[in-house]
Amino acid sequence: MRGATPASLHAEAVAGSRRALARLLSDVEDGRASPMDFDTPGVAGRSLAITGPPGVGKSCLIDHMLRAWAGEGRRTALLAVDPSSSLSGGALLGDRIRLTSPDEPDLADRIYVRSIATRRATGSVPTVLGDLVRTLHLCGWEQVLIETVGAGQSEVRCAAVADRIVLIEGPARGDAVQAEKAGLLELADLVLVNKSDLDGASRHAAELRDALSLDAGRPPEVRLVSAKTKEGLEEALALLNDLPERPGSSRARARERLANAVERHLTGHDDYESMLADIASGRRSVEEVMEVLWRG
Amino acid sequence: MDRVLRIVVAKPGLDGHDRGAKVVARALRDAGHEVIYTGLRRTPKQIVDAVRDEDARFLGLSSLSGAHGHLFPTICALLREEGLGDVVVFGGGIIPDDDHADLHAAGVRAIFGPGTPTGDINAFVLDAADREEAGVGAAGGWVWQGA
Repeated sequence: MRGATPASLHAEAVAGSRRALARLLSDVEDGRASPMDFDTPGVAGRSLAITGPPGVGKSCLIDHMLRAWAGEGRRTALLAVDPSSSLSGGALLGDRIRLTSPDEPDLADRIYVRSIATRRATGSVPTVLGDLVRTLHLCGWEQVLIETVGAGQSEVRCAAVADRIVLIEGPARGDAVQAEKAGLLELADLVLVNKSDLDGASRHAAELRDALSLDAGRPPEVRLVSAKTKEGLEEALALLNDLPERPGSSRARARERLANAVERHLTGHDDYESMLADIASGRRSVEEVMEVLWRG
Repeated sequence: MDRVLRIVVAKPGLDGHDRGAKVVARALRDAGHEVIYTGLRRTPKQIVDAVRDEDARFLGLSSLSGAHGHLFPTICALLREEGLGDVVVFGGGIIPDDDHADLHAAGVRAIFGPGTPTGDINAFVLDAADREEAGVGAAGGWVWQGA
């Protein structure tokens, strides 16, 4: 099966082969295939980014989402994005540990989980991620979740790939001003404050609402949930089913996508490394390098 | 290292000690690979499903409970059944020398006990990645002979 064409892998994946789907996604991830190779006009899908700081319970909430949606008969795929080590380029991908829904025999057919490393190249992940989402849609997985650690520019851009963004927060996460600075708060279509069973969750939710109320336009809803006690969970899942786009967020997402395309163009240039060396040694100015990289 | 391999590290069975598995996962990550760790107490089917969905080239199994003689061959057979015969399986943990031959015969291509330098595991992975005969579905009984 290694070496099979994208079109034949796609056909097998549509027919239900998980192995073909997994290999097709690898080919897309490694640049050996593109969804353009097997795109079918008219195939639609929905993608939802679940993002937030480490430790707020993203994986546990996602487990509930997978269980609920697969239980309703909807095929749901999860792309779990984890950072690659900047030193070795390797990655330790541990998102599966907290997921129990894919182990349930009557749900397993409708849940697909794939771990994605951010890899070394700046700017390449969000672009590839968009292709992976499209590939899943084209293979019959109409609903795709993207899990990212909500810290850093690359993660903001990963989230910007999705149609809607849900920001997960936890209790006692410092003052809301800190949250205000985060680019994700500006893009989020919904904010869920998890661990409502713990002290400080409702206070943090109030702080977030406060910070968001300064926003022009309609701020996203801030809801309290608990992945542990399931308090507020059903209501939150119902909201996700038909989440309205926050006014202005499509513009913010478009900006992130454009910025990513620009960055990818620059970092993908053959002379990128040598130009960096030239700037560092003072041989060329940033402006001169831009001339070369942008025109060339 | 330009070559990035996708490797699942898994703990089948009921023992709850995964320091060894985590050290191996970390060493493989530091060698530049993408390592998917499944967590504790996985069933053979859960492990094979993860290998399939993650499109992994390698599967590392760790067992300290003494159940390796049952679990490792079961997983190897399931991989072959699922059409994943090109996946390379290696094992580690507390595996008595007397059990090595049976595990090798089942398709486990290398067994790493306590005290193994992590460099050996990295060398094995790079060596086996280019060998068709290293897949769990390949006949011939190839076993890694060391660096």
